[in-house]
Amino acid sequence: MNANIYRHEFRARLRSVLIWSLALALLTLFFFAMFPVFADQAALMNEFLARYPQELAAAFGLDRMDLATVLGFYSFIFVFIQLCLAIQAANYGFGLVSIEESELTADFLLSKPVSRAQVLTSKLLAAVTSLVLTNLVVWVSTFIAISLFREGRPYDMSTLLLLLASILIFQLFFLSVGLVISLLVKRVRSVTPYALGLAFGMYVLNAFSGVFGTVALELVTPFKHLDPTNIVQNGAYDVPLVVLNVAVTVVALAASYWLYMRRDIAAVS
Amino acid sequence: MSVIEVSKLTKYYGKARGIVDVSFGVEEGEIFGFIGPNGAGKSTTIRLLLSLIHPSSGSATVFGKDVVGHGPAIRRDIGYLPSEVYYYEGMKVKDLLKYSASFFDGDHTQRMHELSETMELDMNRRISDLSYGNKKKVGIVQGLLHSPKLLFLDEPTSGLDPLMQRKFFDLIREENARGVTVFFSSHILGEVQRLCNRVGIIREGSIVEISDIRALQQNNYKKVRVAAEGLAATSFDLPGVTNMQAENGALQFFFKGDINAVLQRISGLQVADLTIEEPTLEEIFMHYYE
Repeated sequence: MNANIYRHEFRARLRSVLIWSLALALLTLFFFAMFPVFADQAALMNEFLARYPQELAAAFGLDRMDLATVLGFYSFIFVFIQLCLAIQAANYGFGLVSIEESELTADFLLSKPVSRAQVLTSKLLAAVTSLVLTNLVVWVSTFIAISLFREGRPYDMSTLLLLLASILIFQLFFLSVGLVISLLVKRVRSVTPYALGLAFGMYVLNAFSGVFGTVALELVTPFKHLDPTNIVQNGAYDVPLVVLNVAVTVVALAASYWLYMRRDIAAVS
Repeated sequence: MSVIEVSKLTKYYGKARGIVDVSFGVEEGEIFGFIGPNGAGKSTTIRLLLSLIHPSSGSATVFGKDVVGHGPAIRRDIGYLPSEVYYYEGMKVKDLLKYSASFFDGDHTQRMHELSETMELDMNRRISDLSYGNKKKVGIVQGLLHSPKLLFLDEPTSGLDPLMQRKFFDLIREENARGVTVFFSSHILGEVQRLCNRVGIIREGSIVEISDIRALQQNNYKKVRVAAEGLAATSFDLPGVTNMQAENGALQFFFKGDINAVLQRISGLQVADLTIEEPTLEEIFMHYYE
């Protein structure tokens, strides 16, 4: 770890972290502000959902959630929070080393007396710090939103903590998979399309698996591994899927180190 | 002692050639010129020595340490000025230089200010606001501020005005006088001629010649121009004659070998005008590239 690189990386990403955090806080508060309406009209809501085409309801996991309960409703909006978190983490992952290369500052950094492993570790830790910060904001705004709008309805705190704790595992997946893909391709010209592609791709995979029943591909997506509806229903993680998620993350990280230490930094062409 | 030892270094980018079987050495305290046209492999060689890229085969050592295994230790004493300078656009010059200095042991603030003053670099400006020439100055300052023992300069003068070029050369000479070894890559021969002790010439990825710069000029080639009556291209069909050109009844050619052979031929002629001189490096260089 090199403290200078860590600090530089963290600062470079600070503005982005603030914007994401603010957006997520607003999203949580505004969405959850609608909870009392849903809860009051629970009977009507469920009748309405019953008339929904079943496939569509399944795509959003609506067939398994009870929007009248605090956590049922929260797990409904949590999917959108997850989508944002996925885009953010994938963005940091894809950009972690590729931005230095596309903006040609990699020469500056890598001609300094630091090893590639040190560079990557420092960058990763800075990115994880950024994600943890965003995480904290989501935690805090969730607690605020629930205490403001639950209107005395009960909820299970430990299940909520499980949901919130899943964020970091979830984001680390996108961070490391984004990173390893960026190292597998020759050059990442622009980070955003890749990040959006990975995040939405994974989201859609999970949604489709809801429509078509069990699809083997759903096993690769964190939206399935850490499906909030499932967590709320069972009050627990689906352990094999979470282990699979962490395993993919670890393998992606290990592969990233291997690739980065052997990578040729292209000169200006 | 050799500061740089390169042995059969080869780099292919996929199937594209980078450099092939390049071997040379650079002694401590010398200014080694590395000449070749664009795409000959100059930057590839430097990037291999900095372990920005990895060799396909062959090996290289800097300060006696293998570049692949000991990159970080080697780079502690290296200053690098890339041919194209790119820095973090959002940063101020001062912050970038501090960031650069932070990677090296010791306090380099004073040296940083000295260098910026010499190069007339305004440290309070933002990188994104700088012209190309000014970015180049940032490159020079960040390459020198930690007082490295070995400098890699990759086409350092592009973008600098002549006045700055001269200041830059003075700076390099000063560093060299303090014992700093300089690896100077360029395709501009004039500046290599002014600065370097020895040169390596690289062409299409291979070294074609390594020699003392004086030797290259004096011992190898003479430029001969003869104006005489009854001259024909065959008048000087000697071994060692190259680049024969005829113009206005005069012949001009390069000659490598015993100059007496040429003089004997000339003595048989009714000479109107004759010059025998050392070719400029430029001319030698053109010769290598034909």
